[in-house]
Amino acid sequence: MTRDGLRAGSRSRRGTGDRGAGAAPAGRRPGRTTGPALRAVGLSRAYGQDESLVWGVDGVDLEVPAGQTLAVTGPSGCGKSTLLQLLGGLDRPTEGEVWLDGRRVDDLGERALARMRRRSVGFVFQSFHLMDELTAAENVELPALLAGVSPRTARRRAAALLDRVGLADRARHLPAELSGGQRQRVAIARALVNEPLVVLADEPTGNLDSAATHDILRLFGELRSAGQTLVIVTHDERVSATADRVVSLRDGTLAGDTPLPADGGATRLGAFLSWED
Amino acid sequence: MQDVVLALLAKEPSHGYDLRARLVAALGPLGETLNAGQIYVTLTRLEKSGLVVQEREDAGMRGPRRKVYGLTAAGQERVAEWMTEGAGPRADVTEFHLKLVAAAESGRADPLALVDARRRELMRSLAEAQQAALAHGTDSEAGLLLEGIALRLQADLRWLEACERTWAARGKGGENG
Repeated sequence: MTRDGLRAGSRSRRGTGDRGAGAAPAGRRPGRTTGPALRAVGLSRAYGQDESLVWGVDGVDLEVPAGQTLAVTGPSGCGKSTLLQLLGGLDRPTEGEVWLDGRRVDDLGERALARMRRRSVGFVFQSFHLMDELTAAENVELPALLAGVSPRTARRRAAALLDRVGLADRARHLPAELSGGQRQRVAIARALVNEPLVVLADEPTGNLDSAATHDILRLFGELRSAGQTLVIVTHDERVSATADRVVSLRDGTLAGDTPLPADGGATRLGAFLSWED
Repeated sequence: MQDVVLALLAKEPSHGYDLRARLVAALGPLGETLNAGQIYVTLTRLEKSGLVVQEREDAGMRGPRRKVYGLTAAGQERVAEWMTEGAGPRADVTEFHLKLVAAAESGRADPLALVDARRRELMRSLAEAQQAALAHGTDSEAGLLLEGIALRLQADLRWLEACERTWAARGKGGENG
């Protein structure tokens, strides 16, 4: 499909406002940058053509400050996975722009885009996407090797990361020998191996039971404390509740933007304790 | 009960029999347990407090004459307050449901705005519960309680999704019946 052809088609654009930027709570200390880690401007993605043209993502403006954990929620089919793929350069927008750390990335050539993805974005998927024939450690090393890191450094990073996700003793196991929660922790270690600017996670707990979900959420909490920028697409309210901020999508457009209280407070929970003496 | 009856009168004056039918429609089997007497007692109490006033008496086609009640200015004020006040994270499902019904019917508040406000409130409570649940783990007594609270808040949030779908659809289709 040609992007210009689609763009030429007349369509009225609904106003999307600038809620994305305005309602953001103060981010944690920026690691490498002063602007937003991730920025979408009028981001849209159409499927099909002519009469059957459907806008999966439709005019999304969003800024994710460095160090923020952002949850993207919404009913299935609302466009949240598509949005994540656009943000991470796995898919190209029909209209609009994606900026990563102050650099526009949606118009990069294929090769430059692939390099950007490898170096600056860490992906975590619902079904893990580990290489079955590689050990946990080899899975984590792989993206580092592809990015040109020396085998020795890749090995050292993989060992440190597997230790960080609590799997130092599983480094030589194949994915088939690990539980779902352990596999996802390997996948998270792999996502971190090139020290990405942002980690993008698509339903990371979708295939996990509640105990494994707790483990993953604790791990995300540690990443958050370490200042990692994190975008999590999820339909699980308990997952989005661990974010700094929740945006909801409806029919491809932003429908809500809610900052959440930082951890430590339990002021609202008192409502669950009401004894009448 | 008082607030609910007041809210149902916000659209237009009505009599006890009609109010009961309205509640049964909104509450289904829960409404069946209400007897007409409770409505009349409530109306009498509201009248004493100056929140409603008997406007007229309609002669029934058959059967008894019916007292038609309407809101006073104080009654109007109380309805507006009740509809928009946040009731805290533990609020009752039925009460919130009736607020949405009354809001839509009377046009005094936008049901979708009420849903959105409640979602934010519950989401913030869930954030606290979930952070605390993660910190404690379910193998401790405190963690087990926090797990229960988090699950409950999650259930309420999922129900709000259904509320949003239904009231949004009704809003699009013009006035609901």
